Amino acid sequence: MGASQTRPEHRHQDLADRTGFSLEQIKNLHKRFQQLSGDEDTISKENLESIPTLANNPIRKQIIGAFFDKSAFAECLLAAGGAPHFPYRHQRGFILFGLRNQHRGEAGSCDQIGFEQFLMVMSHFRPPTLKMTAEEKEAMRREKLRFLFNMHDTDNDGTITLVEYRKVVEELLSKSGSIGQEAAEAIADAAMLEVASTNVPTMGPDDFYEGITFEHFEQILKGLEMESRMHIRFLDVDTTTMRCGKSTS
Amino acid sequence: MTSGTGPRGRPGAGRGLPERGLLLLLVLVLLEGSVVFPLGAASSPDVDPRGHSEDRAVAEESQNYSKKAFPVLSLDYHHIHVPFEIALWVLLASLMKLGFHLIPRLSSIVPESCLLIVVGLLVGGFIKLAGEKVPPVLDSQSFFLCLLPPIILDAGYFLPIRPFMENLGTILMFAVVGTLWNAFFVGGLLYAVCQIQPGNPSDLHNLELLPCLLFASIISAVDPVAVLAVFEEIHINELLHILVFGESLLNDAVTVVLYHLFEEYSGAGTVTILDGVLGVISFLVVALGGVLVGAIYGFLAAFTSRFTSHVRVIEPLFVFVYSYMAYLSAEMFHLSGIMALIACGAVMRPYVEANISHKSHTTIKYFLKMWSSVSETLIFIFLGVATVDGPHSWNWTFVTVTVLLCLVSRVIGVIGLTFVINKFRIVKLTTKDQFIVAYGGLRGAIAFSLGFLLEEKHFPMRDMFLTAIITVIFFTVFVQGMTIKPLVELLAVKKKQEAKRTINEEIHTQFLDHLLTGIEDICGHYGHHHWKDKLNRINKKYVKKCLIADERGREPQLIAFYHKMEMKQAIELVESGGGFKPPSALPSTVSMQNIQPKKPAAAKPVQRALPQLPKGREEEIRTILRSNLQRTRQRLRSYNRHTLVADPYEEGFSDFIIKKQKIIELEKKIIHMNNLTLPAAPPDSPTLCRARLASDPQAYRPKRDSVPTIQVDLASPQSPDSVNLMDEFRANGSRREEEEDQGLTMRPRGEDGRREQLTRCLSDPGPSADEDEDEPFLP
Repeated sequence: MGASQTRPEHRHQDLADRTGFSLEQIKNLHKRFQQLSGDEDTISKENLESIPTLANNPIRKQIIGAFFDKSAFAECLLAAGGAPHFPYRHQRGFILFGLRNQHRGEAGSCDQIGFEQFLMVMSHFRPPTLKMTAEEKEAMRREKLRFLFNMHDTDNDGTITLVEYRKVVEELLSKSGSIGQEAAEAIADAAMLEVASTNVPTMGPDDFYEGITFEHFEQILKGLEMESRMHIRFLDVDTTTMRCGKSTS
Repeated sequence: MTSGTGPRGRPGAGRGLPERGLLLLLVLVLLEGSVVFPLGAASSPDVDPRGHSEDRAVAEESQNYSKKAFPVLSLDYHHIHVPFEIALWVLLASLMKLGFHLIPRLSSIVPESCLLIVVGLLVGGFIKLAGEKVPPVLDSQSFFLCLLPPIILDAGYFLPIRPFMENLGTILMFAVVGTLWNAFFVGGLLYAVCQIQPGNPSDLHNLELLPCLLFASIISAVDPVAVLAVFEEIHINELLHILVFGESLLNDAVTVVLYHLFEEYSGAGTVTILDGVLGVISFLVVALGGVLVGAIYGFLAAFTSRFTSHVRVIEPLFVFVYSYMAYLSAEMFHLSGIMALIACGAVMRPYVEANISHKSHTTIKYFLKMWSSVSETLIFIFLGVATVDGPHSWNWTFVTVTVLLCLVSRVIGVIGLTFVINKFRIVKLTTKDQFIVAYGGLRGAIAFSLGFLLEEKHFPMRDMFLTAIITVIFFTVFVQGMTIKPLVELLAVKKKQEAKRTINEEIHTQFLDHLLTGIEDICGHYGHHHWKDKLNRINKKYVKKCLIADERGREPQLIAFYHKMEMKQAIELVESGGGFKPPSALPSTVSMQNIQPKKPAAAKPVQRALPQLPKGREEEIRTILRSNLQRTRQRLRSYNRHTLVADPYEEGFSDFIIKKQKIIELEKKIIHMNNLTLPAAPPDSPTLCRARLASDPQAYRPKRDSVPTIQVDLASPQSPDSVNLMDEFRANGSRREEEEDQGLTMRPRGEDGRREQLTRCLSDPGPSADEDEDEPFLP
């Protein structure tokens, strides 16, 4: 442990530059990572599935899946160039998009992820800061939406099809028994119909709406202000000493 | 309305009491004034009623003691005196509200609250000019027990829980610390100013510190009534609205405690440390006690509503009575009644809404809105009246210093507190936000009523206090209330989105909640989302089981939302008169078939390969088919209207959902069939198909003769025009039928028969579907 003390520090600084987390936050997350992986370098799906509090989450599968998505890995590779985070992030959103489309064939999930990748996924949940310009906010919004979109778009073809959407709703209602499953399809259909009619208002009877593209996805979630809602509080202080999280916000 | 009041006024004038006739005439005059030109005209005809009233007073005196054989018609005004006047005031208030909305230009410039105060001033002026004693309209008893509760209950019942809870920390900070700061800052500096003024050896020197603090604590609380009145008109974004409004609600506890504390000790003259500690404890007791009382009554109301399914008519009453009881119980112990009401409304709402009928829900909504808006109107009018009435003692120094200090302390308080809060908040408050929060700190009638409560003998400066309070209220309501709207525009503060929530947004809100909870769990610390999730789970597991009778009420939020949306669409559709336009929620031509996967791939090639209808004709047929299908759907929905007329709307609702799904399925099948079987038919399929279609309308209409044109249309070669024509006819027909149907409560058999025919004539191979559909109709 003693020998590796300086290297992680250095590495953490590097990661902090790239993800926008503070050193403290990275240290905390690293601690948690090691706790989850059992002091391994990588973490596996089973590690995450064994988190007891996660067991009740209806979309547990998708959350865990998001960590092991190849696209996140691609992002890691790309990010390894190292650069100051914000302007860089802004560009990366687009590059990533292209990359993912290029490597459509090999998109999928991996079994193990390292800490860097773990951190990359987590960085999607950082709150916006007061100093951000409108452009940066916009980039952040797109990036968060892209993350959500990728969670829904399971086959990585750039659209959320009806089947995929139904699956999402089914998962959401998976904890509510049989009524949920019955209603899920109707709800997904209604939602899809809504997306189709708001985005392509005039459609001939022969036209076919293939699925929600990212642009349409942005459109339907415009009202939700994702940039200010999709975030969690990353603690700056040591989590092990301060366990209770009743925070003023 | 004007002519209706007139005749009633005259007989009263003959022998009535002076007040009576005067008030009636005033209503009349003001009404005319407000409709034609708002305020200026009102002053001219008032000479007239005054002259009458003097005569009347004399006449009445002699009349009372004269003896008659048998009073065929007698007048006993005293008998109805109080309720009659109350009714009159309410009438005046409602008419004023009505009047303002007839002049849209005026109400867009000046907030309603300002206009109402002006009306109050005028009414008060008339009463005073008439030489009458102004009734003590805004005495604290009636204000706190009658006028305030409806407004607060309305606010509590419809409190947007989610943003409120998300910002609870900030709101509490502003409400508690901010109000405390305001009270002590204003009070302390006011006292200092009163003392150091050498040039003025007046009464101000006699003012002690404690009365000053008492006065400051009265004046420092932001008033929910004023805030609601102004903020509803400027449509500010949700965050700012909930910050200011939440603060105005929650600071009640602080005000109550400070008020009682200072009132108690201003007699004694000194406050010790112990009293301070007791004050803090008392604050906790008052605030938490209020919430507890409210929550208890809220749960009681929810529990009661579980059993009301057989006596639907009194359902709304439980909501009102329990809330009022909560308020009174809290007031009884000097707890915060406002917090009790808020807690009660917020706690009971989800459960009550799941239990009660749709109509009761509408009733509750309308009653609350009605009561609160009338109360609000009355409060502002009374504020004006009381201003004219009140014994004033104007002290330039005191009033100016008060107004200035109020402004300064508010600004400093907000800026200072935001600085602290922003360290903890994730979504920071910008400078603009701070400005609006500070500027939106309006004072109102609660402060006045509290000031009114002060006793003359303990507070010799009461009149001066009241004058200063009124000045501050007027300043904030008029100056700030009128300028805040242009300022919001000027600063381009984010406005509220008017759009309704869509099902997609609901899905993603839910998804996001679970996602964030999950990420928090992975991060391994328990934040906001974790606790919320836990609460939700407990709620679902235990509380809902106890408090909600119906199984349907316990369904997950998303499904409930979906059902509600469907119902709303159905109602809209029925209300639109069953015409041919699609429901407003989906103003496009996109239908189920556009989003269904797999079908086009299968259907199209086959269709192309066969010799078939020319493209145009195919279109026509499709249009006809579609419009007919829409018809069926509408028929089924209008069926629902009968159940709305008859009682069990909810019971019919689930049937309706099933039915609707069936219809969608049917539509899918038909489209499928249209694509597949039409070409598969023999070469003469166009005619055959048309013949089949021609029989169609019969399926929808038992009375064939009601729309005879349809068959002609279908059989003849068609142009797009004729299709439109047909649509029109059909729309008319449907409206006619709609009207006929209204008389009946239900006609399940007929509906069903029609549906059966429909399915048969479309050669749908789904007998099983028919059987399913029968079931919901069976009693």
